[in-house]
Amino acid sequence: MSGSVVSRWAAGTAVGLVALSAFPLVWMLLASLTPEARLFDSAALWRGPFVLDHYRALWSERAFWVPIRNSTVVAGTTTLFAVTIGGACAYGLARLRFRGRYALLAFVLAVSMFPQISLIAPLYLLLRAAGLINSYPGLVLPYLTFAMPLTIWLLVGYFRQLPAELEEAAAMDGASRLRTLIEITAPLAWPGIATTAILTFVYCWNEFLFALSFTLGPERHTVPVAIALFRGQYQVPWGQILAAAVVATVPVVLLVVLFQRRIVQGLTTGALKG
Amino acid sequence: MASIALEDVSKVFAGGHAAVRDVTLEIADGELLVLVGPSGSGKSTLLRLVAGLETPTHGRILIGGRDVTAVSPQQRDLAMVFQSYALYPHKTVRENLAFGLRARGVSRPEIDTRVRRVAQTLQIEGLLDRRPAQLSGGQRQRAALGRAMVREPQAFLLDEPLSNLDPALRLDTRTELALLHRRLGATMIYVTHDQEEAMKLGERVVLLRDGAIEQVGPPLEIYRRPATLFAARFLGSPPMNVMAGAVAAARDGVEITGLGLTLPLAEAGRFASGEQVVVGIRPHDVELATTDGAQGADVAAIVEVVEAAGSELHVHLRAEARRDQRFIAVVPADLEVAVESRIGLAFRRDRLHLFAAAPAR
Repeated sequence: MSGSVVSRWAAGTAVGLVALSAFPLVWMLLASLTPEARLFDSAALWRGPFVLDHYRALWSERAFWVPIRNSTVVAGTTTLFAVTIGGACAYGLARLRFRGRYALLAFVLAVSMFPQISLIAPLYLLLRAAGLINSYPGLVLPYLTFAMPLTIWLLVGYFRQLPAELEEAAAMDGASRLRTLIEITAPLAWPGIATTAILTFVYCWNEFLFALSFTLGPERHTVPVAIALFRGQYQVPWGQILAAAVVATVPVVLLVVLFQRRIVQGLTTGALKG
Repeated sequence: MASIALEDVSKVFAGGHAAVRDVTLEIADGELLVLVGPSGSGKSTLLRLVAGLETPTHGRILIGGRDVTAVSPQQRDLAMVFQSYALYPHKTVRENLAFGLRARGVSRPEIDTRVRRVAQTLQIEGLLDRRPAQLSGGQRQRAALGRAMVREPQAFLLDEPLSNLDPALRLDTRTELALLHRRLGATMIYVTHDQEEAMKLGERVVLLRDGAIEQVGPPLEIYRRPATLFAARFLGSPPMNVMAGAVAAARDGVEITGLGLTLPLAEAGRFASGEQVVVGIRPHDVELATTDGAQGADVAAIVEVVEAAGSELHVHLRAEARRDQRFIAVVPADLEVAVESRIGLAFRRDRLHLFAAAPAR
């Protein structure tokens, strides 16, 4: 009896939370389809007719594919580097026994604790000296400084919970550390690696401050920067901003939906003992 | 196949815990050696030292006469069967078997032949394309064994390979392992905490205690002539009965404390008169005098519990004169023993064991 009450409460809470967090998204989607003239006419928001004007304007007036390409390149490259280098690093920290590995791990965490805003000026000077302002590496490198600690921390935890016996079995089988990492550990850690990659990608995709500071022109602006700069001197094109936000959300949602099944799958199979 | 030798091997872990102390041991080519001991006795650590998964803090390890102390597990050419089996969960049984061969650069056709041959031997041909999650416990155990066999290693290291099987399967697999050992003529080190398994499987048993060797020998020899009280109590089921006592003045026997009984023991000559000692007798060597038993019996006792164990009875008793002195007697099942009845115990004089009171360490 009380169980069903509890589960009803739990279900209610879950629905409420989902509704609460989904509402702005739904609003955003509806508003992006509403003609500019009726946008602030709240009673009309839920009625049609819906139009694709704002979306058309994104491509015809704004060349929105440039920031999308930039964001994809920067977030994708950062994720690739963070997961491969950070993954190898995390494996070492999780498995090798050496002095000071806890100190190292704490240091990695400490690095990610710096407030971004305090890094802007020194990073800008560094990047300018290296001639990397307004370039892809000029964003990927700073992004790695916060993406790497994130991946390392997530993956150390993930590698640690994999049974060490599997790697020992591989060692007895004569497999080198590298072969073990590639053939045994990585496939088993795949759900963790995928989760980490998604988090890193989303983080980079949404990053605003560095992107705004280290890019100069629209040819290198990422999606959040481009959207922020939509607003003109005399008017704010809300319809286009919302349409752009919808477009920017799509890859993230796709990514999560695409990987979600494999993540859950990976977590439930591969048990050692029955 | 090769012999394995441990010379004065010790392993002290970072925290200062000495898991293995000064172990010197030789395992002949083709021998099946069983390492047995209670949990925490260092038997698994010893096996991992041989495997190369741990590095000794002192001593040398030789395989086939070659010093491998500093050699990585990859280069030692040993195969290990883990307690959890440690099958690669994302690979099929075939891939599990082939992995070690691929890592060693064996050619593809050769791998296929060897995998098929081993699968045939272990009767797991039908399971080759399944993943570990789709196998039963016994099948996993075979797959793990297959992964070791296919490698044709210098020696097999088995870490409690049967402890995850249910009892009936365990018995079958144990027999099979013994057969397999004979057919392969392989050097095997077998770790178990189960004294019965050790007794039945080993040609030679090493009894470990707190990381050091307590006694080495054929199982029956350790059973018949345990060197220490610990060895006496650990091997054999139910465990040996023990009685505290003091060496008689003439050093030809032992006066058992609190029972008013003197047991003649020639061995007592090893000790000083009056020295504290322990006398042991196996439950099978305790006889029950039929009736009320004061006559001709060594000790009068009260029956506490009677357990039927198939063809025999395990009778738990305590001495009448000393309530904290307990005994177990194993007698034929057709004997009628009533609980709470008073009964006389007789100890077979030729089956008494004598140990120092404070076990030598």
